[in-house]
Amino acid sequence: MNRGQVSRVLQQHGAVMVLAVVVIVGSLAFDSFATPGNAVSVVVSSSFLAIIAIGMTFVIISGGIDLSVGSLFVLGGVLGAYGSQYGLVVALLLPLAVCGLVGLLQGLVIARTGMAPFIVTLAGLLGVRGLMLAISDEGATTYLVKDPAFAELGRGQVLELSYPVYITIALSLAAMVLLQRTGFGQNVYAIGGNEQAAALMGVPVARTKVYVYLMSGLLAGLAGALNAARLSSGVTILGIGLELDVIAAVVIGGTLLTGGAGGITGTVAGVLLLGVIQSLINQVGNLTSAFQQVVSGLFLALVVVAQRLLSKAQRLT
Amino acid sequence: MRRTDLEPVLEAKEVSKRFPGVLALDGVSLALRPGEVHALVGENGAGKSTLIKVFTGVYQPDGGELRHQGEPAAFGTPMDAQRAGISTIYQEVNLVPMMSVARNLLLGREPRRFGVIDAAAMNGEAERVLAGYGVDTDVRRPLRTLGVGGQQMVALARAVSIDARVVIMDEPTSSLEPREVETLFGVIRRLRDQGIAVMYVSHRLDELYQVCDQVTVLRDGRVAHTGALADVERLRLISLMLGRDLNEVRSHGMTRFSRDRAAADPAGAPDGGESRRSPAVEARGLTRRHVLDGVDVSVRPGEVVGLGGLLGAGRTETAKAIVGALPLDGGQVLVAGAPVRAGSTTAAIRAGVSLLPEDRKAEGIIPTLSVRENIALAALPSLGRAGVVSDAKIDRVVEIFMRRLRIKAASPHQLVSELSGGNQQKVLLARWLAVRPKVLLLDEPTRGIDVGAKAEVQALIDELAGEGLGVLLISSDLEELVEGADRILVLRDGAVAGELSGDDVTEERIMATIAEQSDG
Repeated sequence: MNRGQVSRVLQQHGAVMVLAVVVIVGSLAFDSFATPGNAVSVVVSSSFLAIIAIGMTFVIISGGIDLSVGSLFVLGGVLGAYGSQYGLVVALLLPLAVCGLVGLLQGLVIARTGMAPFIVTLAGLLGVRGLMLAISDEGATTYLVKDPAFAELGRGQVLELSYPVYITIALSLAAMVLLQRTGFGQNVYAIGGNEQAAALMGVPVARTKVYVYLMSGLLAGLAGALNAARLSSGVTILGIGLELDVIAAVVIGGTLLTGGAGGITGTVAGVLLLGVIQSLINQVGNLTSAFQQVVSGLFLALVVVAQRLLSKAQRLT
Repeated sequence: MRRTDLEPVLEAKEVSKRFPGVLALDGVSLALRPGEVHALVGENGAGKSTLIKVFTGVYQPDGGELRHQGEPAAFGTPMDAQRAGISTIYQEVNLVPMMSVARNLLLGREPRRFGVIDAAAMNGEAERVLAGYGVDTDVRRPLRTLGVGGQQMVALARAVSIDARVVIMDEPTSSLEPREVETLFGVIRRLRDQGIAVMYVSHRLDELYQVCDQVTVLRDGRVAHTGALADVERLRLISLMLGRDLNEVRSHGMTRFSRDRAAADPAGAPDGGESRRSPAVEARGLTRRHVLDGVDVSVRPGEVVGLGGLLGAGRTETAKAIVGALPLDGGQVLVAGAPVRAGSTTAAIRAGVSLLPEDRKAEGIIPTLSVRENIALAALPSLGRAGVVSDAKIDRVVEIFMRRLRIKAASPHQLVSELSGGNQQKVLLARWLAVRPKVLLLDEPTRGIDVGAKAEVQALIDELAGEGLGVLLISSDLEELVEGADRILVLRDGAVAGELSGDDVTEERIMATIAEQSDG
């Protein structure tokens, strides 16, 4: 392998490698780290972030950004809990419909007017947060999950792992196929890599963008609903600022913030890495969880610098 | 061999295109027939790129019509044109650099299996297709890791494989190695034999004569000539492009060619005293791959040196290289005998070399600032103390130059974008004169300004040279070059093709020098 190939492999699979190293080092350093119980807790708590991050991966590869997912996650949770009084179907469909609609609208505005995704989804973030506060009486009303089947969806377990973990795995696999093996996935890469060229090559740029934001909205709503099912209530305060964690996980996973390159494997590794770091910091008894953010921040900075160096190395070959 | 019996696959009939203030195309007719390689040539502003954009659906014609396979056609978007089988290979490759070679080649047409893309089949097909274009590489590599030539071949292969009937190539060889050019020509001949019409846009005459059958010359938005290329000799082609009278060139240019050579004795030039003065700026062996090939230029104080040559010969690039605005692979710039740090415009300006760029709008004026601010911009460091700029000093400098260059503005505070083109150009000239340069490089200083302003700028150049400023003058206007310059370097394909001085400084000699066959 020459330098270019090495740097390409590092760029694509670096997050998985780092995750492996951190897990091994953590296991050697702390006896209580490599326990089944701890592993289950990391995986379960990461699954909600991972569902949103799958949608964000598509958005970022297409050269965009979606800041509204944190708000949509919260709204999805509130709507899921509220809808659960009408049964499982409404509890799932209501958040998907509303969050999907928000994603669709954002996608339409971005694709048709050419406005910057940053601004459009920032407006979405604020608007959706307001909407959530309105239907929860400024956060005073917390809807409790009424439907036992819906609650089961969030908490039920098979082999020690709750259903949301399996849903996340299924969605990840589906997203991998969608991204790597379908025309839609190729279009997402092409748009993020060179939008003008993609248009000239016959890629339906606007339609692809709309789908990407629609998908991101749907997944954020789904994650919110599942989280509400797990917690048995639509919590209105969790999830503020979650969009930044999601973006961090995606970028740590090797997806270029400038678009055109990245993948689902990396994103899943990025999400798990954030979870593992948090877990490790909990192992160090006298550190507060605030340090998790310090470490995550440092990590993100390192990854971005590494990406830059790696892509330079590739260009030289 | 033109098979005029064949119906044109793509044809422009009396096509006109107007932009604010210019008629870019004025009744242009051009027919592309299957199996011909058609050269499209013309100087800056001739309308070549506008015509290409009309053919490819980027622009819609204001008058006349476009016919596709005999039927009237309207291409609303580049996609419409592509669907009609018209593909364009641009100078800058229009593919997705981070996607793999195979995915770029087959995007939108990937082989499927069970409804999803079959990666193995896709890579196999890409390898097979690209082998026919001399691209032998791992098709799973990102496209950007290929050289420009390879990328261009992928673009070409893609264009042809989506059933193109017409391939338009806009300066395809500008960044290719000689070996890659040969491969490209092979592919072009193969396309021609397959009955595909190729439109080939290039400034490299040698290439045109190697690969093209037909030629259309555009000048000032009109067709100056169209016909078989073999019937047009080089000198005539150049005179058509530059718009000079061929008879004049023949009777004077070619005959004087020998007479001058016999008579010319550089050492005995009338301004022998001046030529002994050491150069104010001297560039040695300026080299940049595909762009400049060992260009030597020197300008002495008080001398106006002209740079002649066709578009794409490296005139602008030479000027940019001298001020450090073009990264170089080799070469050196000396000011008053001392080397200037390469690649630094700041160092060049400090040493006393300034460039008035060709593209006033993109590289020169800052439209949102006033006349005063535009003039003072480059000189700011010298107009203050410890980084704090003195308003009074600026006012004084601005006033001096506005009066001296006769800049017509309501006040120094008027926005520069409200001025006429000529006055904008004078503002730029003032900006560079305000830093008191030893040498001023002027790239097309009178393009796009009205006749009166043109004369004023020309007089100003003379006047400045008279005061000891060294001037390097680039102009596509041969008359301006001949009358303005004391000495002319003619560039061809990035190298100096000849130097004309004394009685040799004539339009005919410039054209004859350009027309000489380049070596090898």
